[in-house]
Amino acid sequence: MPGILACGAYIPRFRLGKETLGWGSPQEKAIANFDEDSVTMAVAAAQDCLRGLDRSQIDALYFATTTPPYLEQQGSALIAEALDLRPSVFAADITNNLRGGTIALRTALDAVQAGSARQALVVAADCRMSAPRGELERSLGDGAAAVLVGRDKGVAEVVASHTLTEHMLDTWRTPQDTFIRSWEDRFIMEEGYQRVVPQVVSEFSQKTGVVPKDIAKVALYAPDARRHQDMARRLGFRPEQVVDPLFGKIGNTGAAFTLMLLVSALETAKPGERILAVGYGDGGDVYLFQATERVGEVKQNRRLVSRYAEAKRILPTYETYTRWREVWVSEAARRPPPPVPSVSALWREKDENIRFYGSRCTACGYIQYPPQRVCTKCQTADQMTPIRLAETYGTVFTYSMDYLAGTIDTPLVVAVVNFEGGGRWLGMMTDRELHEVRIGMPVELTFRKLRTVGGIHNYYWKCMPVRA
Amino acid sequence: MESIRDRVAIIGMGCTKFGERWDADGIDLMVEAAYEAYQDAGISPKDIQAAWVGTVGTFSTGQGLAEALKLDYIPITRCENACATATDAFRNACYAVAAGIYDIVLAMGVEKQKDSGASGLVVPRGPSSDVEPPTPPPAQFALAATRYAHHYGIPMDQLKRILAKIAVKNHHNGTLNPKAHFQREVTEEQVLNAPMIAWPLGLYDCCGVSDGAAAAIIVRADWAKNFRDDYVLVKGLGLAVGGKQGLLHDDYDFIHFPENIKAAHIAYQEAGVKNPRKEIDLAIVHDCFTITELILYEDLGFTERGRGPAEVEAGTFTLEGELPVNTDGGLKCFGHPIGASGIRMIYEVYKQLQGKAGPRQIKKTPRLGLTHNLGGRPGSFTGAVAIFGRRD
Repeated sequence: MPGILACGAYIPRFRLGKETLGWGSPQEKAIANFDEDSVTMAVAAAQDCLRGLDRSQIDALYFATTTPPYLEQQGSALIAEALDLRPSVFAADITNNLRGGTIALRTALDAVQAGSARQALVVAADCRMSAPRGELERSLGDGAAAVLVGRDKGVAEVVASHTLTEHMLDTWRTPQDTFIRSWEDRFIMEEGYQRVVPQVVSEFSQKTGVVPKDIAKVALYAPDARRHQDMARRLGFRPEQVVDPLFGKIGNTGAAFTLMLLVSALETAKPGERILAVGYGDGGDVYLFQATERVGEVKQNRRLVSRYAEAKRILPTYETYTRWREVWVSEAARRPPPPVPSVSALWREKDENIRFYGSRCTACGYIQYPPQRVCTKCQTADQMTPIRLAETYGTVFTYSMDYLAGTIDTPLVVAVVNFEGGGRWLGMMTDRELHEVRIGMPVELTFRKLRTVGGIHNYYWKCMPVRA
Repeated sequence: MESIRDRVAIIGMGCTKFGERWDADGIDLMVEAAYEAYQDAGISPKDIQAAWVGTVGTFSTGQGLAEALKLDYIPITRCENACATATDAFRNACYAVAAGIYDIVLAMGVEKQKDSGASGLVVPRGPSSDVEPPTPPPAQFALAATRYAHHYGIPMDQLKRILAKIAVKNHHNGTLNPKAHFQREVTEEQVLNAPMIAWPLGLYDCCGVSDGAAAAIIVRADWAKNFRDDYVLVKGLGLAVGGKQGLLHDDYDFIHFPENIKAAHIAYQEAGVKNPRKEIDLAIVHDCFTITELILYEDLGFTERGRGPAEVEAGTFTLEGELPVNTDGGLKCFGHPIGASGIRMIYEVYKQLQGKAGPRQIKKTPRLGLTHNLGGRPGSFTGAVAIFGRRD
């Protein structure tokens, strides 16, 4: 049976919470920074999942989201590149469905089972938006989860699964809509979530004979906290069996939600324990996993849900959040409009910009970013080997804070970073507190969206204070 | 290698009023500067045998200068080398004369910047992947200020007070200069309380954005006395260009700029200067930011490393000080029309050496004056140093 080899998560640093001026809810929710989206969060979750692992074994990548940055353009291809996966990797986007995370999981398991992939990586990320002040806004949160599936015995094995497909307009969004739309609450709950989930779980039980008492933990999708509690009870689970749904902390992370709870469950699972994962959206998916004696490895070098959840910062004002989402448009600095990035230059520089390769001179050993033809130290030409620096930690050598650059998050912190092991880079700093920025500060790299001009999302790496 | 020393001379110079010249375009500015230079040299446009024009964004070829001055089918070369463009145009003109190819040439620097509609400096760029940080110059030079404070263990408040003194000094000198863009005194408090532009640099730590042009008439040195008695001799010309080492080498320290040191070394050697502090009587330097001026006191050998702040406190570089720097108000008061600044600097040294600098004339009779012009960003510069002297 195929199993889960590793998993990872990503939760943005910022939260709306009771201290947020103008938010008006005692509940917290995770919100992506202005330079984050489903692709950048997916990269971060996958990096967490793959930390310390050999990426050359990954033959397939599935990216699930309801909020892809492009309607035409593959997010998974960009994610594969940012993760430095092999060019021969099979990549697919699974979009338009709230259940995308569990659908992608199924696809990955099938690929491994069928033998078309040795290892398949599933990343699910969402950054769903509802109209400001709406009911939905309180329950939604931003985040990502990643699961690496393989043939070898991993940290958990898949025991059984069951699926139901049924079209339902409960929440939806057209390409023209910024915010999610919804039908009347009572109808969509009674005929949607509250009917479909018990049905798919009960069919699963009939098929497998597995009942709630056989299960240690349930990772259960629900649209909000109240429905989650009701559903867990209705399915016959005791509170101690239920994985914390993260409402009031992170929020409903859409296509990533069920996988996020699964990751959370695996973090604390003991060998032999069984975990049920339930996804919902245009039907439902149910999976039963059993933790192996290796389940403790889940936590090795990884932040997962728990550490990411703790390393947070409450945004001072709701206004800042609405500016980040461009719901609130403020006057820009009187600077020339940013140029449309050259697509041919982006294509040519993908190893440098997306895979974040520097070069190491084979003659003198000097590491330099961006990659150079002629070594800056010994002037030897074309004797370079590529070296990926995206996972390399660094320290701030010097920095400045620009109030005129015209970024959303003023001031723009510009930092000169020296990488551990050699090499230097001048870049932008994100997810920073101004008071903590200092020379000598340890930083790591994070894949972010710089800006969107001419319909082109320009992705690149920034540095940030080392998280958690 | 031969030296430029005493081989060419300046016999005439012109400089426009710098500022927000809504009344003038690039051509108007060049006409203003050139005709002052012709008159100063006592020559006619017909005498010019070749010309070099420094401009970064105002004209794309030498034809702009020909059109402005209606020069008669002579060779004209446009020169561009970042913010050291004008010094490099001047330098190339000097070399052509020194080579014996021409007897009399014009070097012009010009920039019309205030028509962009944006605040701050707008430098045209070609298409790119556009992933580099948007770093207007203040953010780049602030990197040096942050590191300088850290390196010498100076609390930032204290460094900011030192930098403020540099701004106050240059603004004071600018009040004595009718051609300067800004001609008002500022106080230390004003500088310290000004809006932040790029931490730790505030508004008055930065030079302005202006329009302007400046011109020089260069002849063979042995010819110069036919035009005037108080011609000025070129004693040394140094240029050093960086290849982004500061952003590639992780040991580049951001508190000294090798391009300054190399360019100064070449110029000092040509001019026979052994001790710049003692031998240079005044210097007009590239104070694009107050931190730049502080660092280059040390780079140019005006003081030892790390001694810059103490010298500022001691008033060494004021108009009355031991080595007056930026007697004309500097970029702080002239603003920085990129392609014009280098020759504007030479204009001040030329006037000082002739004793014609009016109320800002330095007390002692100057023998050697220096200009320093810097283009680029900490990590990769074009550094240019030129030394001028009176005839013996």
